[in-house]
Order: sequence, then structure tokens, then C-alpha cells
Amino acid sequence: MKRKWYDWRHVYLWLVFLLLYAPIFYLIFYSFNQGTTMTHFSGFSWQHYAELFADTRMIEIVLDTLLIALLSSLIATIIGTLGALAIYGIKKVWLKNSILSLNNILMVSPDVIIGASFLIFFTFLGLRLGFSSVLLSHIAFSIPIVVLMVLPRLSEMNHSLIDAATDLGATNFQVLTHVIFPFITPGILTGYFMAFTYSLDDFAVTFFVTGNGFETLSVEIYARARQGISLEVNALSALMFLFSLLLIGGYYFIEQYNNSKKARRRNRTEARLIK
Amino acid sequence: MKKYNTFYSVPYVLWLLLFVIAPLLLIVYQSFFDINGQLTLSNYQTYFGSGTYLRMTFNSIWYAFIITVVTLLISYPTAYWLSQTRHKQLWLLLIILPTWINLLLKAYAFIGIFSQAGAANHFFEFIGLGAQQILFTKASFIFVAAYIEIPFMILPIFNAIDEMKPSLVNASRDLGATNWQTFSKVIFPLTLNGVKAGVQAVFIPSLSLFMLTRLIGGNKVITLGTAIEEHFLVTQNWGMGSTIGVVLIVAMVVIMFVTGERRKKGGQRK
Repeated sequence: MKRKWYDWRHVYLWLVFLLLYAPIFYLIFYSFNQGTTMTHFSGFSWQHYAELFADTRMIEIVLDTLLIALLSSLIATIIGTLGALAIYGIKKVWLKNSILSLNNILMVSPDVIIGASFLIFFTFLGLRLGFSSVLLSHIAFSIPIVVLMVLPRLSEMNHSLIDAATDLGATNFQVLTHVIFPFITPGILTGYFMAFTYSLDDFAVTFFVTGNGFETLSVEIYARARQGISLEVNALSALMFLFSLLLIGGYYFIEQYNNSKKARRRNRTEARLIK
Repeated sequence: MKKYNTFYSVPYVLWLLLFVIAPLLLIVYQSFFDINGQLTLSNYQTYFGSGTYLRMTFNSIWYAFIITVVTLLISYPTAYWLSQTRHKQLWLLLIILPTWINLLLKAYAFIGIFSQAGAANHFFEFIGLGAQQILFTKASFIFVAAYIEIPFMILPIFNAIDEMKPSLVNASRDLGATNWQTFSKVIFPLTLNGVKAGVQAVFIPSLSLFMLTRLIGGNKVITLGTAIEEHFLVTQNWGMGSTIGVVLIVAMVVIMFVTGERRKKGGQRK
């Protein structure tokens, strides 16, 4: 056997990882630059972070972006979960499939199409562009991903659980809150999480429907990037990278928790069977 | 359960009607109006009549094609070898992580790297090529677009390879197939669905990356997305913008049809 560490396949993988991460670390590295360019590192300093924290406009935009992300993903999760329940309840196969196809339209449409068509829609309704139009758009494009995360959990659910609950005299509402929701909670959480990251990441749709007064982080970064280099953006990107790491850690934790819960449940049933 | 079913389908059905169907109909409707609000077919006449729009569409599709091919060539080996590593789920997570960084920030990073005195030019000088104009060229646009799309290509291919039974590969080797034969006759056909899903996930967005054409391509590349953005937000000619939008939707449907899995009737794949 060859020594694995010199394997050229690993070299290739390392090169791909280098390619993927180099630009991100490049950004973060220059956020500590004393100078003002992304090309010559003249010394270490925290000054761009200080600028960032003194920039009230930027902080306001960050808070607005987070608010939009939290609100839109919450509402999208509620509507999407209800939608998944509704789709689950449909008996006719053709109807179910056509609704699923409609559901997926916003998942596959290019951002510009979603943005442009929403812009026409909001103008048609006479809605003023700003916070509400951005919030509505983010809710709209996050709903399908929640449906897609919740629906598989529902189909995995054993229908005899529901039958048993009804036989034992549970009302429909009790079935929903005591049987169905506990079972699909992991799907709902993943859906919420995906919706949150979709909202944080979105640029193109927001860019179309935001109008003049309201801005999210992506739109602001675009505006600044068009003007050239400002190391404040680098400092911001370093903080956002840390934030993404935290989010992905949180996601990992949810997954682990779900898995361990599943494993525990399995162990318990097995133990009971052995007894 | 009947009563509850209608109750919780209300918000979802409202969403379907208001945010999926209505906007699509409106964009088609808008495409029949000119800049003065007159009902007309002139947008379509302009689109198909003048060579400019058709050439732009062709260019956009061509660039999307190049981006997809470059991404596929880099991603397939990555996904394949990744699936053979020991902690593959962890490595996969590391591949996905960059997609969580805002797209604009990644584009912004390349403005620094590709600038006159940036890292890329330092490298070119080091290997003796001398400084080049990199930013605002077509090549830089393709490079950055491929960079952004790579994880979206790796993921579906990785899943397809991961689902493949290793015994099939072993059987092929046992029966005397060479590495290349095993790959072209067994592995690649079995992972074709992953490749199709990846192509779909890369090609469609590549038609509409207007921010990259502006920030990195320096307006030398004009994609369908750039044209739509220009018409909607700069020249305010929504009718023409919608017409291009309709073309983009048609292109999308064609791609979905070509790369889609043909489901057997009755049985749903799981």
C-alpha cells in the first residue's frame, strides 16, 4: 500500500478546498490591514472593525436584515408547515403532483424572474416598496423549501399512530398537537433554518423589490462594492463568516440532537422487545 | 380531518395563487405592453427582429454552458474522491460552508484578488507572466461564476455517488473491466441523475447572474439576467424586460425538461 498522504487524489481535493476558501480568508486577512487597500498589508490593526461598529447606518442595516430574516422565516415556516399538512392530506395523486410542481416553481426560477415578477405584482397592487415588500417576497420564496423539508417527515410517519390516537378518543386538534407535530418537528426546524439562510443570502430578489428607502446587507454590499474597495466591508465579512460558522454549528447540533433522539427511541423499543 | 384540512390549506393556497401564479401571469401580461403602456406585440418583434437581443441571448446561453462545463469538470472528480475519504460527511460540510457566505462578499473578494496589484497578479509575476488586466474580462467572469457554483454541482453528484452500491463497481472490476471502462460503463451512468441535477442547479442561475456581470465582468458580458435588470431598474422599460423574462422562463422549462428525471408512471421515486 502506498502512503495515503502523498496520494494525488488528496492533492486534488486539497487544491479544490484551497480554491474554495482562499478568497474568503483573503477577505478576512485584509480586514486587519492598517492601510486601506486589499493589496498591500502594511500592518495589523483593528481600525476597520472600530469603523464598522461606529457606522450606525451599517448597524441599522444589519439589524434590519436580521429582522427580515427572522420574521420571514418564522411566517414562512408556519405557512409552509400548514401547506405540507394540506398536501399530505390530498388523496388524488394528480392533484398532489400538480400542487408539488407549483410549489417548486419558486425553487427553480432564476432570482431575476422572481424579483421582476414580484416587482410587477407589488406595483400592480399599489404596495409601497420597502420593508413590507421585501418581507413579503422573502416569505414567498422561503415557503417552498419549508414544504419540501416537512413533507418527507409526514410521509415517514406511520398512519396507524393517528388511527390509534383517534381510536383512543383524541380530537383532531389533539392529534395534530400531540401526535403529528412532535413527529415532524425536526423537519420544521430544518425548514426554518433553511428559510433563515435563504433570506440572509438573498440579493437579487431584494434588489428588485426594495425601492429606495430600505436596504438589506446584500444590497448595501453591492452598492459599496461598485464604488471600490472599503476595508469596512472586509471587517463585516469576517464577522459574517463567524456568524455562518455559528449557524452551521447550530444546524449540526440540531441534526445530532435529532439523530440521537431517534437512536434513543430505537434503543428503547429494542429494549422493550428484548424484555 | 376534513374540516381542519381546509382550514390549514387556506394560507398555503393563497400563497400559491398570489405569489406563484399571479406574478407569472403578470410577467407574461406585462410583456405585451410597450414603454408607453400600449398593448402591442412590438416587444416580441424587437426581440426576434433585431439581431442584438438574439445575439445577447445566444451569448448568455453560451456563457452559461461554459460555466456549467467548467464547474462539472472540477466538481465530478472532487465529488468522486470526496466520497472515498474517511470522514466524508465532515468534508462535505466543509464544501457546503462557503455557500453560506454571502455571494456579494465572494464577488467582492475577487475584486481585490484580481485587481492590478492583487494576489493573482503577484502570482503571474512570480511565474514570469507579468501583470495582466484580469478584472473586468470575460475570463474573470467565468472563473468567479464557476467558483460560486462549484458547491452546488458537487452536492448532487456526491449524493448520487454515495447512493451507488460499491458492489457494482467491484463486480465490474472482477469481470475484468479497466478503470476507464468501469467509470464510463458503470459509475458515470449510475450517477447521471446527480450530474443532471447539478447541471440544472448551475445552468439556470448562470443565465441570470447580473451582479457578477457588473462587478466582475465590467459589463463586457451581458446575460439575460443583466438585460432584465437593466430594463426593469435602469431604463424602466418593463415591457421589454418582461419579454426577456418570458424567454428566460421558456429556457428554464426547456432545461428542466432536458435534464429532468423521467418518472415512471405510478411509482414515486424515493
